[in-house]
Amino acid sequence: MAVGVSRASERSTPSRAMRFARRHGWSYFFAAPSMLFLFVFWIYPVLRSVMLGFSDLNLRTGETTFVGLENFQQSFATALFWTALRNAVVYTVVVVPVSLLIVVVLSVLVFRLPSAGQTFFKSAFYLPAVTSVAVLALVWKWLFNPVIGLLNYLLGLVSLPAQQWLGNPDLALPSLMLLALAGGQGAGVVLLTAAMGSIPREVYDAARIDGANTFAEVWNVTLPLLRPTLLYLLIIATIGSFQLFGPVYLMTSGGPDHATTTIVYYIYQQAFEEFQFGYASAMALIFMVILIGISFLQYTVFSSDVEY
Amino acid sequence: MAMRVMKATAYLILSVWAILTIIPFYWMIVTAFKNQVAIQAIPPDWWPSPPTLLNFQVFFGAAPAFRWLFNSSFVAILTTVATVTFATMSGYAFAKRRFPGDRILFWLVMAVLVVPYEVKLVPLFELSAHLGMIDSYGGLILPAVSAPFAVFLMKQFMTTLPSEIFDAARVDGAGEWSLFVHVVAPLATPGITVVTIFTFVDSWNAFLWPVIVTSSIQMRTLPPGLAVLQLQSYTDYGLQMAGSLFTAIPTIILFLALQRYFLQGITVGAVKG
Repeated sequence: MAVGVSRASERSTPSRAMRFARRHGWSYFFAAPSMLFLFVFWIYPVLRSVMLGFSDLNLRTGETTFVGLENFQQSFATALFWTALRNAVVYTVVVVPVSLLIVVVLSVLVFRLPSAGQTFFKSAFYLPAVTSVAVLALVWKWLFNPVIGLLNYLLGLVSLPAQQWLGNPDLALPSLMLLALAGGQGAGVVLLTAAMGSIPREVYDAARIDGANTFAEVWNVTLPLLRPTLLYLLIIATIGSFQLFGPVYLMTSGGPDHATTTIVYYIYQQAFEEFQFGYASAMALIFMVILIGISFLQYTVFSSDVEY
Repeated sequence: MAMRVMKATAYLILSVWAILTIIPFYWMIVTAFKNQVAIQAIPPDWWPSPPTLLNFQVFFGAAPAFRWLFNSSFVAILTTVATVTFATMSGYAFAKRRFPGDRILFWLVMAVLVVPYEVKLVPLFELSAHLGMIDSYGGLILPAVSAPFAVFLMKQFMTTLPSEIFDAARVDGAGEWSLFVHVVAPLATPGITVVTIFTFVDSWNAFLWPVIVTSSIQMRTLPPGLAVLQLQSYTDYGLQMAGSLFTAIPTIILFLALQRYFLQGITVGAVKG
């Protein structure tokens, strides 16, 4: 060590930069492209968004004027902002628990199958996950058609009255929930069954010796051990649901009567239809704080340090 | 006996759910090949008889479908190549090399992961306008390159590789670049495969940003192209389903061909549990 230090001091100053470059140059070379994109297209826009949230942007000159909390006050004072937030919350509060429940049930059932059966069902469940939201939205809008749609025909088969679906303010948001629930479970099932596979066999054997039946085994043994994966799925599902946009844009345009205007759709409208960039940025920031807050809350409430 | 009943029930529930998931796809395909009369028929036919290509002819006439297909392919391929290359490089740097600032930089990668995409929309649009990238391939591709999640996944994967191999290659006199190309990248192939597949599918299916950054019909990729199609022919479901099928087919084929990677790959980098 001492030798190294004395040698270092013998050399002249330019070589210090040289040695730093020789030592770390390749590391920076490997990291640089990603970091360039990270700063230009991720970090800068987020910081700029914070600035815009407190500003008024003149579209003609591109100049910003500091307006303090005005944009935030405007958000809180606008009824539609609260409606949009409420719609996103209602959608999330229904979709997330129900889809997690479906994921757990399907995973438990799939996990016991021989591997060919597992692959078949997982593939079927996964199909919507590789399909663009634009395709799913158009197909479901066709299924929801009140006159010649497949869903009303199927309802008729079991003697239920035809519905207006997307045209009915009370049913429009639930219809979008149906779209999410009937197709969004593939990734969750794949992740959860993988996690189930990593639980050591002895854990199950021990439970059986203790006389646990299948249900008790799942409830008392499997699920607690799967808590980290379930937490991950919970947070991802919550964030994803809260950001509902594509189906709204393509199927309902936020209607009827703002029944499906979600917060992201409202932000989009204010930014790119009304060109209220400052107002939209302020709402996006509020939205971000809410999302991070919820994720953090879920993490602190449900996280555990189970080890096995 | 009880075992057998339980097993049958399991298959029944799974099958019902699988049918529920697949029916929309089935209905899209059937409708795409039906003529206008059959589409309006009540009760609906479960099979197009006779099947017709008319909807596809209308689709190719009403929309620059092959231009959209080219745009989607071009954008998805370039986005994926750039993202995977850069994420592999930086994943290696963060996992296997120590350099001043490495921790703070990786922390920044993690930090932007929790920021919802919508927060960036307005500034990203403004930035794209300044850089003259509105309605261009640059605008479609560059903001999507090197997504932090890809960097995060590659770093996670690289961490699992044994450092001794790298040291041994260095002792053998391998330069840093050839070490990366001939040792690191081949060892990281499973991680690279996963990031490649998911980046490609995400890029192909992207909707929100392409809607915002493109303004001319010619520059649309397939998913926002469908939105145009829907506006033009609001009630022509045959046309819409033909366009939807045209959009969905490439990723569905990719999925069926690479099923194994999709179904296993998703667990790379996921939390243990």
